[in-house]
Amino acid sequence: MRVGIVCPYSWDMPGGVKQHIDDLAQALMAQGHEVSVIAPAADDGELPPYVTGAGRAVPVPYNGSVARLSFGFLSAARVRRWIQDGGFDVLHIHEPLIPSLGVLACWAAKGPIVATFHASFSRSRAIAIAEPLLHSALEKLHGRIAVSDAARKSLVEQFGGDAVLIPNGVTVSRYAEAEPLPGWGPDGATIGFLGRVDEPRKGLPILLEALADIPGARLLVAGPGEVKVPRNVRDRVTLLGMVSEEDKIRAYHSVDVFCAPNTGGESFGIVLAEAMASGATVLASDIPAFRKVLGEGQAGALFRNGDPASLAEEARALLADPERRAKLAAEARVAVRKYDWSTVARDVVRVYETVTAGGTGRVVEDL
Amino acid sequence: MSEGIVLLLVGILVVLTAVYISWRAGRLDRLHIRLELAREALDAALTRRRAVVLELAGSRLLDPATSLVLAAAAHEARTAGPEEREHAESNLSKALRAAADQERFREKLAESPGGGDLLQELDAAVAKVVYSRRFYNNAVAVTRAAQRRWLARTLRLAGHTETPEFFEIDDLPPENMSTE
Repeated sequence: MRVGIVCPYSWDMPGGVKQHIDDLAQALMAQGHEVSVIAPAADDGELPPYVTGAGRAVPVPYNGSVARLSFGFLSAARVRRWIQDGGFDVLHIHEPLIPSLGVLACWAAKGPIVATFHASFSRSRAIAIAEPLLHSALEKLHGRIAVSDAARKSLVEQFGGDAVLIPNGVTVSRYAEAEPLPGWGPDGATIGFLGRVDEPRKGLPILLEALADIPGARLLVAGPGEVKVPRNVRDRVTLLGMVSEEDKIRAYHSVDVFCAPNTGGESFGIVLAEAMASGATVLASDIPAFRKVLGEGQAGALFRNGDPASLAEEARALLADPERRAKLAAEARVAVRKYDWSTVARDVVRVYETVTAGGTGRVVEDL
Repeated sequence: MSEGIVLLLVGILVVLTAVYISWRAGRLDRLHIRLELAREALDAALTRRRAVVLELAGSRLLDPATSLVLAAAAHEARTAGPEEREHAESNLSKALRAAADQERFREKLAESPGGGDLLQELDAAVAKVVYSRRFYNNAVAVTRAAQRRWLARTLRLAGHTETPEFFEIDDLPPENMSTE
């Protein structure tokens, strides 16, 4: 299939949606599909061969934050030309409600169009005013994908109509090998945590409380935010702060047990999948999402959600039993394949096949 | 002189109204096309699922009782009249869940010759029923809302097209096939 993908955010800046699109594009190409991506990008910048630049992105405040978007006559003309020249079997727009290339592509094209909704959004004045405009864009979408329950829910509530849920993937191979961080490394006594440290739902306070009852263990914490470490465990806790993508992978390889004490609100647990792909032994709270990812404890240990005593007990048992750790880690490497990008891309292709099943013909310019 | 201005204003008004009506009509027409395509995709997905289930039932890879349950449900769905269709397709989903939620169903099927391919086809067929039905019902909702508008009703912009019906079935996939 020939697939045209529209990215709303600048290709020059790192970001979740951009990363998603890049991973998806590569997974689709690995499966033999032809992919062309259009994204805001500076004209003099380096772009991969499958990415077309649509002009420089401008930082604008939108819906409560500042986003780097691309709009205006120049961008509109480039999107139109890209659609004319592309001869796509299906057009895949990301974040069609963001005033950027997605909305422009919706205007300029007709035919089999699929959209993916990433962010959950709340009803704002801007959306209320622009609603008729956004509705006519939404009407052109033949298939809608949401990456999380939250995104799906807000779409249903704000605009009506449903979407299918296809979560983010993990590029498993990217996590497989890495050097431990200097001074660290699996030594039989290291526990790891990754995530915002000041977000109570991520559960770091529970882990810090439990640490007092896990004698001899060190805790490696990676993630942004401010947190007060209790005095009695302060000498055993290292806070790395925000880490680069590369150091994050190295951190997963630096621990014996990776702990995910989240108390809820996780629809999938990408962090867990990353740890599993890195070959870490996982100890997670028994919230439904984690139980599912860990195969009810087959691919990682579980403790009672919100219970530091239960966490400490499980962690002590795991640290004392290297054989069990190795077995769980091996199971995890198998279980995580289900969340690999190749699997996610397969589901996305099923959506493409569904919207083209009626024999619609290609994506063409809408005059 | 003033008569000329009035005439001009009336003329402009008539043109604007005509443009607006033709724009609404064009939009309704686009929605009908999208609905038609979604309907075809849904039919194709349902047909495909019945065919794969029948193939699985006839493959001798499953025990005879499971095969019979699946074959009966797929056959019912294939021969159902328009009135019983939703019911029969729901029953097929239920039969498929009963079969696939058996212990080690996937593993056993994957181990047998040709079973792996069949399993993949079944996964795809089940997922596409979920996808196409959701897309179809979205298209129905939008089209119905557009048809109900005052202008569309008064001027009969929808022509003789009927009000589309939602397709309501139980399409919950088996636990071990769920992609959501």
